Amino acid sequence: MWTLLQIELYKIFRRPRTYIAFVAITALITIVQLGLKVDGKEYAAFVMADLSNTLQIDGKIVNGYFVCYVLLQLLLVHVPLLIALIAADMISGEANMGTLRLMLTKPIGRTQFILAKFFAACIYTILLLIWLAILALFVSMLIFGTDDMFVLKNNYAVQIESADIFWRYAGAFCFACLAMITVAALGFFLSQFAENSIGPIVATMSVIIFFTILSTMSIPIFNLIKPYLFTTHMVAWKEFFDVKVNADNETIRGTIQRPDKLINSSLILLAHIVLFVGASIYVFKKKDVLS
Amino acid sequence: MKEIIQVTSLTKSFGTFKAVDDLSFTVNEGDVYGFLGQNGAGKSTTIRMLLTLIKPTSGDIKIFGQPLFSNRNEILKNIGAVIEKPDVYKYLSAYDNLKLFARLSGGKHDHHHLMNQLEMIGLAERAHDKVKTFSQGMKQRLGIGIALVHDPQLIILDEPTNGLDPQGIADIRNLILRLSREMKKTIVVSSHLLNEIEQIATKVLIIDKGKKMVEGLAAELFDASQTIVEIETLNNDFVAQQLAGSYWKNNLQSQRNHKLVLKLDRKEIPQLHKDLIAMNAMLISLEPKHSLEDYFLQVTSGNQHVDAFTN
Repeated sequence: MWTLLQIELYKIFRRPRTYIAFVAITALITIVQLGLKVDGKEYAAFVMADLSNTLQIDGKIVNGYFVCYVLLQLLLVHVPLLIALIAADMISGEANMGTLRLMLTKPIGRTQFILAKFFAACIYTILLLIWLAILALFVSMLIFGTDDMFVLKNNYAVQIESADIFWRYAGAFCFACLAMITVAALGFFLSQFAENSIGPIVATMSVIIFFTILSTMSIPIFNLIKPYLFTTHMVAWKEFFDVKVNADNETIRGTIQRPDKLINSSLILLAHIVLFVGASIYVFKKKDVLS
Repeated sequence: MKEIIQVTSLTKSFGTFKAVDDLSFTVNEGDVYGFLGQNGAGKSTTIRMLLTLIKPTSGDIKIFGQPLFSNRNEILKNIGAVIEKPDVYKYLSAYDNLKLFARLSGGKHDHHHLMNQLEMIGLAERAHDKVKTFSQGMKQRLGIGIALVHDPQLIILDEPTNGLDPQGIADIRNLILRLSREMKKTIVVSSHLLNEIEQIATKVLIIDKGKKMVEGLAAELFDASQTIVEIETLNNDFVAQQLAGSYWKNNLQSQRNHKLVLKLDRKEIPQLHKDLIAMNAMLISLEPKHSLEDYFLQVTSGNQHVDAFTN
């Protein structure tokens, strides 16, 4: 299994297409950082416009933590496409190249084969998010410095102390990994039903777009299915940045307002991963390789 | 002799279509087993079942004396295969592809061993070039190299000469003969080209529409005393009359595709040629064929496949 995983990773990282995602993320983050460096104050003034009449804010609003939050909000919507580029190609790409049949004439079980490929897709996903974290958090901290962080919610603002932020990002990135691995699992599952990569990539993105629309529309009939859609839970990383307050409305360090929501979302995403991977193994074991 | 492959009543259906129909055969140790049939006859489906890529609808396959599907990994360790096109990772070099598949097969993958393999298939000089720069023939040789890299006992080659030029075909043929004679491998090779199989096989199975047509030793099936000769002249009717009244009257079989067909011993062909000249036949061609082909044409789909079968 370890050999197979090594081989799968070797194949992933020897393909030029793998680096498209890393380049795209680097370019996007650099542009946003550059924009905020030049016009950060205006952007902050625009974002805080509703609060400016009632709240006097001192200190550095556009700091590294704030920039990272902005970047995550922007990017975590688009990263699934970059994940799908690889995950949805894992089986279909091999079928298209004709290497699938050669691989399967080797003494490796089909379950092992599927699991090694899925774990390789997971490692790719995690590395992509680590790269995202390095650029969005650490580089932003270097460029913009650190201070307390302001997060605007629907009808309130949260101020998180500088010393209370870093663990929240660690948690948010771990949660983002879980969400993106769910996307990878979906792409991976769809990858089995085609002999070219385009179909599963487009199908994965279509499912995500379709579910995201259902998740965000406040129509009563959709509310029934929302809790079961993985897209509803993919944005739960934001819960790390909602803090409990005491009777004086002061934030309590080290707390999350709705940890139950976070746990629930994590479990639902995990269930989706198990479902997609389990279905992948089931389908693949029964599959006649005709490519 | 030790039985390497035993196939019993193998059937594969896709919906209502039977791709392989109640097929049984045995491959013994050291055989070069020619698996012959037209395109769509069921050769590739059978080979894919031997390699566990396709699950049979019914029937049994035993390889090395063990049921295939319950001992899959153990059996596949001792099999090397090329299935139709030798598709490998085009973005990797020949060396990297070979190393990758050697590791997967559980074989040796040290530098010396890999270079020896590349030397054997004539790719040592291009070892570190990406496969996307290779010709079809080079890819085919690399595919065979991958099949051999873990030193398997049984080699299965599905249409290994597809898409190759005459030199490439000859190279593959020589490699197969070398593997059989020098390295004592058991080889199953499928083809739709009779002359390819004729030159390498020790045993032959012909299938058509998924069914076994004939199986036997190549030496018997390609019996020289049963050579079919096709004659084309500008005065066929006259020549047919002349032959009917001559020594060759019992050899005359039929008139097919505007050609006269005779069955005779291969050694008699020079005399036939002389006699045709003597009887003023305006000879365009005299082409020896084999009884196997004739047999095949009788029992399968007829003359329309002559060209495909004899190219």
